[in-house]
Amino acid sequence: MTDPVLALSNVSRSFGPIEVLHGVSMALRPGRVHALIGENGAGKSTTMKIMAGYQPPSSGTVHVDGRETAFASLGEAEALGISLIHQEFNLAEQLTAEQNIFLGQELKRGLLLDKRAMRARTRELLDRLDCRVPADRVVSQMSNSDKQMVEIAKALLRDTRVLIMDEPTAVLTKSETAVLMRQVRALRDKGTAVLFTSHKLDEVREIADDLTIMRDGAVVFSGPAEGMDERAMATAMVGREMSDLFPAKTGRFGDMALEVRGLTVPGFAEDISFTLRRGEILGIAGLIGSGRTETFEGLCGLRPATGEVRIKGQPVTIRHPWEALDLGMCYLTEDRKTRGLLLQKGMRENLTLQALHSFARGLIDKGAEETALTRAIAEFDIRGSRAVRVGNLSGGNQQKLLFAKTMLSSPEIVIIDEPTRGIDIGTKQQMYGFIRGLADQGRAIVVISSEMQEVIGLADRVLVMRQGRIAGEVQGASLTEDAIVQLAMGVGQRAPVLETAQ
Amino acid sequence: MTVKPQARPKVSMSVIGPIAALIALIVMGALMNPNFLGPDNISNVLSRSAFIGIIAVGMTFVITAGGLDLSVGSMAAFVAGLMILVMNAALPSLGIGVPIILLGMATALVAGLIAGWLNGFLITVLGIEAFIVTLGSMGIYRSLVTWLADGGTLSLDFGLRTFYQPVFYGGILGISWPIIVFAVVVILGEIAMRSSVFGRHCAAIGSNDQVAKYSSVRVGRVRMATYVMLGLLVGVATIMYVPRLGSASSSTGVLWELEAIAAVIIGGTLLKGGFGRVWGTVIGVLILTLIGNILNLTDFVSPYLNGAIQGLIIVLAVVLQRESKPGA
Repeated sequence: MTDPVLALSNVSRSFGPIEVLHGVSMALRPGRVHALIGENGAGKSTTMKIMAGYQPPSSGTVHVDGRETAFASLGEAEALGISLIHQEFNLAEQLTAEQNIFLGQELKRGLLLDKRAMRARTRELLDRLDCRVPADRVVSQMSNSDKQMVEIAKALLRDTRVLIMDEPTAVLTKSETAVLMRQVRALRDKGTAVLFTSHKLDEVREIADDLTIMRDGAVVFSGPAEGMDERAMATAMVGREMSDLFPAKTGRFGDMALEVRGLTVPGFAEDISFTLRRGEILGIAGLIGSGRTETFEGLCGLRPATGEVRIKGQPVTIRHPWEALDLGMCYLTEDRKTRGLLLQKGMRENLTLQALHSFARGLIDKGAEETALTRAIAEFDIRGSRAVRVGNLSGGNQQKLLFAKTMLSSPEIVIIDEPTRGIDIGTKQQMYGFIRGLADQGRAIVVISSEMQEVIGLADRVLVMRQGRIAGEVQGASLTEDAIVQLAMGVGQRAPVLETAQ
Repeated sequence: MTVKPQARPKVSMSVIGPIAALIALIVMGALMNPNFLGPDNISNVLSRSAFIGIIAVGMTFVITAGGLDLSVGSMAAFVAGLMILVMNAALPSLGIGVPIILLGMATALVAGLIAGWLNGFLITVLGIEAFIVTLGSMGIYRSLVTWLADGGTLSLDFGLRTFYQPVFYGGILGISWPIIVFAVVVILGEIAMRSSVFGRHCAAIGSNDQVAKYSSVRVGRVRMATYVMLGLLVGVATIMYVPRLGSASSSTGVLWELEAIAAVIIGGTLLKGGFGRVWGTVIGVLILTLIGNILNLTDFVSPYLNGAIQGLIIVLAVVLQRESKPGA
């Protein structure tokens, strides 16, 4: 085996009085793909930041090419060929692809920018990545996958020897993931050392040569990935045997809770009709961009929409989110960091934001808020200090808090968009339990998800969307990954949908 | 996670900073001039602070909710001009008495309310940047008052002025009305910011309006309310201001908007929104007024350098309040 290009040796890291990494050692070797996995809060992000020079270790050493190195600045790590691609992209939203890729090392001709050369080089890099986005497209108008490719192109331009990626596939569709994986392999074959994190263990198994598993800030496994299957990885991550991931479906439904006919969200979804009963979990599958999120945002008054909506049999008009909430319907966003939680505020302010009026008789009763927080922490198993800003909680705890916040206004109809995006398998299992629990209490639930297993395991019935329309419905024995993919991609038979939606 | 013994909670610089600066100024003033802590000077400083202070309390809510209002100085001048015109015009029919004063006050409040609502409408309903809208209305009101005064000064009828003057110079128990009104506005403002749904919603919208929207907060209505409230408070400040000089001109209220914004920022409210505190704003206003006052009472530094020292304090306040970014 070749010598490591980047290695951590017995690295610890503390934030204030709290030590979050305990004696981590691992090594990245040229020409190998290294996967770093672990539950949320296990210390993966901190480990990566230390490797890329964003943070110094509190103790222990970082070795580059075998030499002990202390990065004095980010630029130093970059100069040594180490690039970190963040989960939340680090791109200037108002600049173009080309301007972003060359940011900080613009090509010049004399005093002026050599735009033609940069344009050509950008095109070449993006072509190498199979990315068709124009070089002069502004980043804010790109899809997530295109942004990802721009990030990678940026790293490629800098002759990266070590490419570190924080959950690169979390926001990508299957086909986009395939493109990314191909690029990762190509980079590896050219001798780049690649480190990435992912919660998708099948991906890890497919592409990783080496594997490091972390739990509670310490490394529990580090070595060749060979021979580690998904179950073994999950067990090592969680520290216990994973029993059934999904709770049992009861199949007992109550009265009709929601009837939607001909819902149209201009530009995103057309003629959407479905029904939902109390106690039922309706899954919404489909590719990213098929209009799933927009449909339900439209339904809840978060964007303009037309159509007939009945709640408990009564026709209703919903133009604003608070009108939906007054009718007992609530949409829980997929984007917890920019739409779900106030990252600068504490847990208490976040928890009660949506139901704030119920804590105020004239003035806000902070004692009642604290009591509610105590109850939410216990009920949803939220871990972390009450005093800390929500932005410093791990993804899983943020998601639980978002969930608790929504449930505080006791909606009867709960629409949950991507309930487990970017959270670890242990927390996932908990979330599934919560969601099924809500249904069993007689609430009507919609779960929008890009994860096939999740939709199949959790939902009683699944609607598949494609290009802004409902492509079909599957349930019971026909609820299989195959059936969903066929509908989502527009191949195979169109299932008889609308007849069942009476 | 291993938790080491909890460190002693630190009182943050952003809380101590403005208070320490205020105390330092008071000590400095007292050392330089024995009259500084006399009741006359204290009353003078507080009354002068009241105009900007009342406006700055409203500004605190606007800024906390992620907005900005550059028009308040011009708005105050315009409202004052309008108030004087209305009162002079009503003089023949109403005569000098309480009714005409009430009419003038009502004019100021309604004009302030409408002006604030217009700003709010353009910002929340039409979705134009607050900076642009209020930059525009700043110019409009300034030019309107110049036009109303025909380039000169609008003066309240002399008899009327004498009758109205107690509203600025009078008071109860030796405390003048502007100070009383300022105190009431501050107390209500502090309670609203700290413990009302409105205050919490302002902070939520200012820190992330998308999150607020997705949490069913009526974002537009709350934003609108902050501008209307500020307009109303400009009306209140004007009611206190007109009896002081009994006139309004194109130079009335010049730079009040910047003093109000500076007071808010010195007090620790975040300029980009998301966090605000009314008590801090009060300290900010007092600091700004005291600087001028000390320069006037002493002759070490020319009073002409007032603006320079205020500017220095503003920058210094923000630098001192910067918190180190938490890791991870």
